[in-house]
Amino acid sequence: MIPAFCDWLSSTAVSMVIQNVYWIIPTVQTVHILAIATVMASIVMLDFRLLGVSAHGQTIPDVAHRFLPWVWTAVAVLFTSGSLLIIAEPGRDLLNTVFYLKMSLLACVLVITFGFQVLVRRDGEFWEHRRAIARITAVVSLSLWVGIVICGRWIAYAAHG
Amino acid sequence: MHLNDLLTAIEASPIATAVRENTWLFPTIESIHVLSIALVVGTIMIVDFRLINVVGRRRPVSELMRETLPWTWGAFVAAVITGSLLFSSSAMKYAHNWQFEAKMLMLLLAGLNMAIFHLGSYRSVALWDRNAMTPTGARIAGGVSLLIWVTVVSLGRWIGFATN
Repeated sequence: MIPAFCDWLSSTAVSMVIQNVYWIIPTVQTVHILAIATVMASIVMLDFRLLGVSAHGQTIPDVAHRFLPWVWTAVAVLFTSGSLLIIAEPGRDLLNTVFYLKMSLLACVLVITFGFQVLVRRDGEFWEHRRAIARITAVVSLSLWVGIVICGRWIAYAAHG
Repeated sequence: MHLNDLLTAIEASPIATAVRENTWLFPTIESIHVLSIALVVGTIMIVDFRLINVVGRRRPVSELMRETLPWTWGAFVAAVITGSLLFSSSAMKYAHNWQFEAKMLMLLLAGLNMAIFHLGSYRSVALWDRNAMTPTGARIAGGVSLLIWVTVVSLGRWIGFATN
């Protein structure tokens, strides 16, 4: 069923345009990488503050307030640019185990990030009083994001075509 | 020694051969390269957006740079090491690829832009550190830096398409 869907999607007019205009895919990928840069730098700033390593002058709610909007904006850009890449070459992603691994890791980290945000908004002191949980959250979040970027690069090598 | 002889020698080295021939080595090094670039460009953008007065206007510029620069430089070193390894695997091909050449030129310009900023506007940072509005020199440096790094990422992505 999925292969049939891929065949149909890659034969649509919009997919054909993206495939045939030579500069669209590299340009969309460039936007995708710039959004990854935005997420990774914001997450490093936030998670290393949670770990208690950096930005001691600022409270956790300060750092969260400053960087989380960038994370969500960049995730929206990643979703849009990623969708265009799927439309262009559906089989490259939808028939690829690494792609599903990437999406699973992404789902986990988005839930964690959203949960973190809800808790920090409800009680600014929440994470300051729970150092151990804060550290674990930071390590898990960082590992998931690093895993997502690595999977993203490996999709190209694991693709069946 | 002619440049092409040097490139051939680089390609023939055991490390270059391993990167070229081993199935998982190239994608692994590439993944680390992408992660490094994300951190380099992301942390630079944080500073640049402050310099052009778009975000983080309440933060002192020097404090922001103290927080981000160790990441920028650490990741830059990782990007140079992994980039050199990737380059060595097909040195001849990359060296004669215009996107690669343009990317190196852009990195040089990025360094130049940074040097001008540090020797210029940044020397008087104590005077405008906490100002929401940064001086003209700092705004130009931030804007130029953003343009250069977007171009670097774009050219880097194009290298893969042009050399395949």
